[in-house]
Amino acid sequence: MRIRCPYCGERPSEEYTYLGDARPNRPQTSDPSALDGWFDYVYLRENPKGKMLEYWHHSGGCRSWLVAERNTETHEVLSTVSARDFAKGQRA
Amino acid sequence: MRYSLLSLISNALSHHEKWQPAWREPDPRPEYDVVIVGGGGHGLSTAYYLAKEHGITNVAVLEKSWLGSGNVGRNTTIIRSNYMLPGNEPFYEWSMKLWEGLEKDFNFNAMVSQRGVLNLYHTDPQRDAFARRGNAMCIHGVDGELLDREEVRNMVPFLDFDNARFPIRGAILQRRGGTVRHDAVAWGYARGADSRGVDIIQNCEVKGIRIEAGRVKGVETSRGFIKCRKLGLAAAGNSSEVARMAGMKLPLESHVLQAFVSEGIKPFIDQVVTFGAGHFYVSQSDKGGLVFGGDLDGYNSYARRGNLPMVEHVVEAGVAMIPGISRLRLLRSWGGIMDMSMDGSPIIDKTPIEGLYLNCGWCYGGFKATPASGWCFAHTIARDELHRFNSAYRLDRFRRGYMIDEKGQGATPNLH
Repeated sequence: MRIRCPYCGERPSEEYTYLGDARPNRPQTSDPSALDGWFDYVYLRENPKGKMLEYWHHSGGCRSWLVAERNTETHEVLSTVSARDFAKGQRA
Repeated sequence: MRYSLLSLISNALSHHEKWQPAWREPDPRPEYDVVIVGGGGHGLSTAYYLAKEHGITNVAVLEKSWLGSGNVGRNTTIIRSNYMLPGNEPFYEWSMKLWEGLEKDFNFNAMVSQRGVLNLYHTDPQRDAFARRGNAMCIHGVDGELLDREEVRNMVPFLDFDNARFPIRGAILQRRGGTVRHDAVAWGYARGADSRGVDIIQNCEVKGIRIEAGRVKGVETSRGFIKCRKLGLAAAGNSSEVARMAGMKLPLESHVLQAFVSEGIKPFIDQVVTFGAGHFYVSQSDKGGLVFGGDLDGYNSYARRGNLPMVEHVVEAGVAMIPGISRLRLLRSWGGIMDMSMDGSPIIDKTPIEGLYLNCGWCYGGFKATPASGWCFAHTIARDELHRFNSAYRLDRFRRGYMIDEKGQGATPNLH
């Protein structure tokens, strides 16, 4: 499995550290009324068979975070974007 | 037919041409009392114990591929009950007790071999942690022994005791632990369930779950709609996908775990031995191959195959523990999809949907749990209540804060 880092180009997967699903959003408040949101964020996962957006850290390279779209059935990496650009896209 | 010495002799006299298939291949009927999704170890054992312990025989097991094509045929065959936490240990010990009587119980040779499981320790803190675990096991009436370096050396002299970074200081030993012929477990349970009237339906994929007014009505499958009163999900790595059909989102991630077997060599390793300074576990099969495994690849996967960096990592750990295997050739490697839960412990529970029951989250400890998992799941389905052995394995424990986190890793499925 090879993953394209937006800064370093295509690099082998062992240079990266996996965090996981990039979809769950951290609730904005720690108020008890947000308990459902926190439970969902910390524990529940879509765990899709097929395309998935996920955080990878280029820990053995430039140490930047990126978001890859990858197929969990084939391990094909479809696209990558820096985590910063991903977050901007989420806010937009 | 009951297998016995007599049946063996009489079939030998007829040149082994009159053996009958061990189970039927029925077409699905339109309706069952209980439908189990997943014809692997846990699904088949659930059906077996539903029939045997609870007299519920109008049961179908639906398997999308062939029987036992998932993790029950893809593991490293280890059984043990050396857990620490109160929610885990009684369950796994019950599983061990069922293993001990299994072959007689289902009249099938599963080659249960209690050859002992040795977990090595390399540092003082690790010894203290193992002593604590061993004490917890003893409190639950389970055999656990703390061995020093020389006692380990007497059992497995070929380990790298004086490794500069990870010298071996001793081990915790469970003598009753060991290995089982994994495919035979699936076959034995399938035969036992089938002979009691359970329909095992292969090549039948569940496509949807029909729910009306909060109650399960049946399943849509590749072979048509099947009505049922109760539905048990035992889909392992595909649990999230199946539960999604019932509108549920689970605290699971699916990850690939690789396992390996070497070329056959003369008898070398008598026990199961695990490395304490990395993740590596090994035993030797009756054919002579070393059967071993290590960590998950670490990323979500449904692919049933891993990548080469983990192959290298596992083999490095193996050679660090047993330098003598460095020139062995790898014969085969394969991958299975693990239903990794958020605390490393399983779920055997009812769900908010009436008539829907859930069995998942086995991480990579599912094989040793096969008998007790089916036994407890059958109890839960038949009586609509949890048995005390699975009373901690509740689906709502994550929300309520009752995690069973044996490794203390937190909500990180790829590290359990």
